[in-house]
Amino acid sequence: MRQEKRKSDIIISSVIKVCGYSSILFVGLILIFLLREGLPALKDVAFSTLFSVRWYPIEGYFGILPLILGTLLVTISATLIALPFGIGTALYMSEVAPRWIKEVLKPVVEILAGIPSVVLGFIGILVLVPFFRKFLDLPTGLTAFTGAILLGLISIPTIVSVAEDALNNVPPAYRQAGLALGATRWQTIWGVTLPAAKTGVLTAVMLGIGRSLGETMAVMMVTGNAPVLPTQIYALFRPVRTMTATIASEMGEVATGSQHYQVLFLIGILLFVFSLVINIVASAVSTRQRKRSERVLS
Amino acid sequence: MFMLFLTACTSASDSTTQNSQPLVQSNYITNKGSDTIVNLALAWAERYQTVRPDVRISVTGGGSGTGLTALINGSVDIANASRQIKPEELDSAKKAGLNVQEFVIARDAIAVIVNPANPVNQLTLQQLSAIYRGEINNWSEVGGEDRPIVRLSRETNSGTHVFFLEAVVRMNDKKDKTIFTADSLLLPSSEGIISEVRENPNAIGYDGLGYVTSEVKMVAVSSLKSPDIYILPSAVTVADGSYLISRNLYMYTQNVPEGVIKAYLEWILSSEAQKIVVDLGFVPAIDQ
Repeated sequence: MRQEKRKSDIIISSVIKVCGYSSILFVGLILIFLLREGLPALKDVAFSTLFSVRWYPIEGYFGILPLILGTLLVTISATLIALPFGIGTALYMSEVAPRWIKEVLKPVVEILAGIPSVVLGFIGILVLVPFFRKFLDLPTGLTAFTGAILLGLISIPTIVSVAEDALNNVPPAYRQAGLALGATRWQTIWGVTLPAAKTGVLTAVMLGIGRSLGETMAVMMVTGNAPVLPTQIYALFRPVRTMTATIASEMGEVATGSQHYQVLFLIGILLFVFSLVINIVASAVSTRQRKRSERVLS
Repeated sequence: MFMLFLTACTSASDSTTQNSQPLVQSNYITNKGSDTIVNLALAWAERYQTVRPDVRISVTGGGSGTGLTALINGSVDIANASRQIKPEELDSAKKAGLNVQEFVIARDAIAVIVNPANPVNQLTLQQLSAIYRGEINNWSEVGGEDRPIVRLSRETNSGTHVFFLEAVVRMNDKKDKTIFTADSLLLPSSEGIISEVRENPNAIGYDGLGYVTSEVKMVAVSSLKSPDIYILPSAVTVADGSYLISRNLYMYTQNVPEGVIKAYLEWILSSEAQKIVVDLGFVPAIDQ
């Protein structure tokens, strides 16, 4: 009896161990594959071509700068839009809302997270694109701004659910202490609860950025995909082409191993690096925060 | 019944020479490629069920380049293309041990379209070229209102894009290496172009004649030789050669077709199948 238990223990724990290591293995394999397919681009395509401002791959123009800046423009604007809404919703749900509203809001936000991005893209094309063209008097509504609004909408649920968890983990004693000192409810939220949950909220923001960085379909449908180098402020209200949309729309066509194919994988490597940097920043921020709070408590 | 696979992944790992034999298994034909041809190919596949109920045909879009890549990788039997196969593609087909065969299955006009509210009714080929090169940026320069021009184009993997580049932007000058201006919007589908033109009075776009709906306005185009005569695209003006922006539509097979594929391609060039071509707004490949 006892022997059997030990055997099943060993089996289950080794299965779990394999599962745990497998994700490391997968990330490693993906990285190796990306590097193997994409790095030859640095050798085969001249640097002056890669860092030029024209992307027209079927004639050998491989300038990736417009794509990188297009992605950054859309992602940063989307984050600026999603940040106040996401954190505001999380604060409302965890600190202000009565229980029944909270019980309605939470599943609704989860449904928003579950809407396929292609559906949001459709809504974008049919509603947002015509609206922004008329409302802002733009040449066309297919712009970086339209994409940023949709991406904001897509990343809000991620930010809300992670930030709300973080706020819920703040011990009630903190809030009680704040209120007992005579602070208003808002002063307690802004001065006590939010700073106490800073780590989790920052993680939420980073995950939200990652979500909008990687989003493809909705962006491809509403940003117009013109590989223009966004240099002026008004570029936000002009079409842009993102890295993900470029990979998605061109990968099906390229001949395996061609220069175009290698450059598309190079773009994939860059996206990988971007999300790696975001993750490193997120974890660096959270470990630093923890150390400081430990110091305060001890 | 026909089968329509909305999304089909062509995995690069399929590309081996072992697959160079046509994938004929129990009368099953796979057909993939040009989005211009996809509706026509679907209509043919559907009608063919009444001719040969035992043959099943699956039709997928994705673009001419996508279809030809899949053909060379051995994952489809027939590739649809709205442009001729490129020399590089022929090379990689030869490397894979294929003897690719070409069939002209229909003809198509590329209509230049604008919003119905746009007063511009006609453009010369030079004006069109200048618009897409980025030299003309306002509708007032070509007789329209004072509005910016928003240029719409298909993605670069589209055969229509490549054809428009050669026939219009470069005006069939082989030495000309001009490309579309960078701020041309590259939309992933024909529907995307139609819907933006329908909605936006600043937009100009182009699309296969079969896709043009009554909600957008076609522009008459003049040729280089006779710049004063503006011609609207139609089956008649394509057939008599007076409308310039027209092209052949192709199907490609991996090798000289045999069996069910041969029978299907022969049927496509029959008058029964070519009648469907007319019904869908294309121009028949053969004189009737």
